[in-house]
Amino acid sequence: MSAPTGTVLSRLPQRIRLNLQAIVGRAYPRVVGANREPSWIFFEAILPLLGIAAYVFIYQALGDRAAAAIVGGMCGDHVCVSATEQAAYLAATKANVNALIGSTVLGGTMIAFWLNVLWSMASQLYWEKEIGNLQLYMMAPMSRMALLGGMALGGMFMTSVRATTTLVTGVLVFSVTLQLTSPALLLAVFFVTLIALYGLGMMLASLYLLWGREAFNLSALLEEPIFFASGFYFPAGGFARAGGLGRAVLTAATAIPATLGLDAMRQIIFPGAWGGTLWIFSPEVELAVLLVLAVVFLFLARRALAYLENLARREGRLTSRHQ
Amino acid sequence: MTEGLAGSARMHWRTFRFAAWLGWQMDSNWTEPWLFMVYSVIKPVAGAFILVLMYSIFALIGQFSDPSMFAFIYVGNAFFIFVGNTLYGTFQVIQADREWYQTLRYTYMSPISYYTYIIGRAASKVAVAGLAVLITLAFGVLALDVHLDVGWADIPPLLTALVLGLFCLISIGLCLAGISFMTARHTHGLAEGIPGLFYVFCGVLFPLTALPGWAQDIGRGIPLTYWFDLTRRLVLPPSTINTGLGFFNDTEILALLLASSLVFFLLSIGIFKLGEYWARKAGKLDMLTSY
Repeated sequence: MSAPTGTVLSRLPQRIRLNLQAIVGRAYPRVVGANREPSWIFFEAILPLLGIAAYVFIYQALGDRAAAAIVGGMCGDHVCVSATEQAAYLAATKANVNALIGSTVLGGTMIAFWLNVLWSMASQLYWEKEIGNLQLYMMAPMSRMALLGGMALGGMFMTSVRATTTLVTGVLVFSVTLQLTSPALLLAVFFVTLIALYGLGMMLASLYLLWGREAFNLSALLEEPIFFASGFYFPAGGFARAGGLGRAVLTAATAIPATLGLDAMRQIIFPGAWGGTLWIFSPEVELAVLLVLAVVFLFLARRALAYLENLARREGRLTSRHQ
Repeated sequence: MTEGLAGSARMHWRTFRFAAWLGWQMDSNWTEPWLFMVYSVIKPVAGAFILVLMYSIFALIGQFSDPSMFAFIYVGNAFFIFVGNTLYGTFQVIQADREWYQTLRYTYMSPISYYTYIIGRAASKVAVAGLAVLITLAFGVLALDVHLDVGWADIPPLLTALVLGLFCLISIGLCLAGISFMTARHTHGLAEGIPGLFYVFCGVLFPLTALPGWAQDIGRGIPLTYWFDLTRRLVLPPSTINTGLGFFNDTEILALLLASSLVFFLLSIGIFKLGEYWARKAGKLDMLTSY
C-alpha cells in the first residue's frame, strides 16, 4: 500500500468519499441488519404502546371523573348555573382530554428517539469498546465524526420506522383528533429536533468514551427524570405555572431538544389546546432555538470527541473493558 | 434421599447467596454507596413526579381536583416500582451475561442451578426497589399530602400480600428470562413493554373500570391486579372510586394470590427449561446480536 500523494486539496474528494462510505457503512447495520430481526415489531413498536396507553387511561379516568362531577351539577369550583354552562364545561373537558391524550401519544412516540439517543448513541462507543470494535474503528482511515454520523443516521431511520408504527397505532387506537395546521413547519421542527437530539447523543458518546460502567448507569438515570423535565407525558409549559422551581426546571429542560421540539409539534398538531396557556414559546421561536441547539451540539460533539479520544488514548482507557 | 435433598437445597442456597452478592456488586460498586442510594431513588421519584404534573395540569385546565384519585394513582405507582425492578432484575440477566459481559457460557457450565442464579441476581434490585417504594410513599405523605391510613391489623395482610406479589413477579420474570434465551437484544423493549402491559391491564394508575370491557376481563385474569387492589385497600382510606373488584374480600384476594403465585412458579420452571432447551438446540445460548 502506497503513502497518500498530492496536496491536501487534491486528496479532498477521496477523503469525502471515504467518510461518506464510512457513514453508509455504519448506518447500514442499523437500517438493514436491525430490520432482519422481525421480533422488533412486537418489542419496539407494539410493547411501548402499552406504556403510553397507561398514561392515556390516567387522563381518560380523570376526564371521566370530571365529566361525572359536571353531570352531577358541578362546573369547576361552583354549581352550574345553567344547562348551557354545563354543556360548555362538558365540551371543554372532552376537548382538553383529547388534547392531553394526543400529547401523550406524541410524547410517548418521541421517547423512542430519546431512548435511541441514550442507548444507541451516547452509550454506543462505550458499548463498542466493551465488545472490542472500538479499536478497529480507531485504526480505520476515517473521521470519527463520520462513524458517529453513520450511527446517528442509521439510528434515526431505525427509530423513525418504529416510532411511526407506534404513532399511527396510537392515534388510531385512542381515536385522537388531530388538527394539523402547518405540515411543512411540523416536518421542519421534527427533523431539526432529531438533528439536535442526535447531536447531543454524539456529544454524550464522546463523554461516555472516557467513563466506565458509570456510562450505563448515567443512561439509565437520564430516562424518567428527562421524561419528567421535558414533558413527554404532559405539556412542559405547565412548569411555568408551578412557581420559581417549576420555571427553573423548565429553563434547564429547554437545553434538551425534545422539550422544545415536543412543545412545537404539539402546538402545530393541537392548535388552541388548553386555551394556549401551556405553551412555552411560539413554534417558530422554538424552531430557531432548536436550530441553534443542533449547531452547538454538533460543534461540541466534534470538539469533545477529539479531546476525549486523545485523553482516553493517553490514559489507556480506549481498550480497557468491564471497568 | 434426604441427604440428596439436603445437598440440593445447599447448592440452591449457595447459588442464591453468591448470585445475590454478585448482583449487588454489579449494581452498586461503580460508585460511592451514597451516590448509589441517590441514583436508586431518583428514577422512581421522577416517575412519581410525572404523575404529579399530569394530575396538576389536568386539575389546572379542568378546574377539577380529586385528592382521592390522586392518592389512588400515587400509591399504585409507588408499588409499581416493585414490578419494574423485579421483572427487569430477572430477565435482563440473560442478555446482560450473554451480550454485555459475555460470561453466560461460563456461568451456565458451572455446577449451579441457573434458575436459582437468576433469582439471586435479581435480589439486590428487589431490595433497592423496596427502599424506593418506602421513599416514594414517604415523599407523597410529607410533600404531596397523600393521606395513608394503615392500622396495626392491616400490617399482617399487607406483608403477606407483598411476599406473594413479589413471588408472583419473580416467577413472571423467570418466564421472560426463558423467552430471552431465544430473542435478540430486546432488553429495553421488554423492560418498557412488559411492565407496560401490567401498567395498563392491572389498573395500577387508574381504576380498572376506565378500561374497555374486554381489557377489564384481561385485567381480572392477571393476579397483580388483585395485588394492587388489595394493597390500596390496606393503605388508603375508603373512597368512592369504583375499581370494579369490590366483589372480592381481602381474604379471598390473598387466597387468589397464593394460588396464582404457585401456578406462575410452575409455569416459570416449564418456560425456563423450554427456552433453555430451544436455545441450546438452535445454538443461541451465547449468541451476540449487536447492531
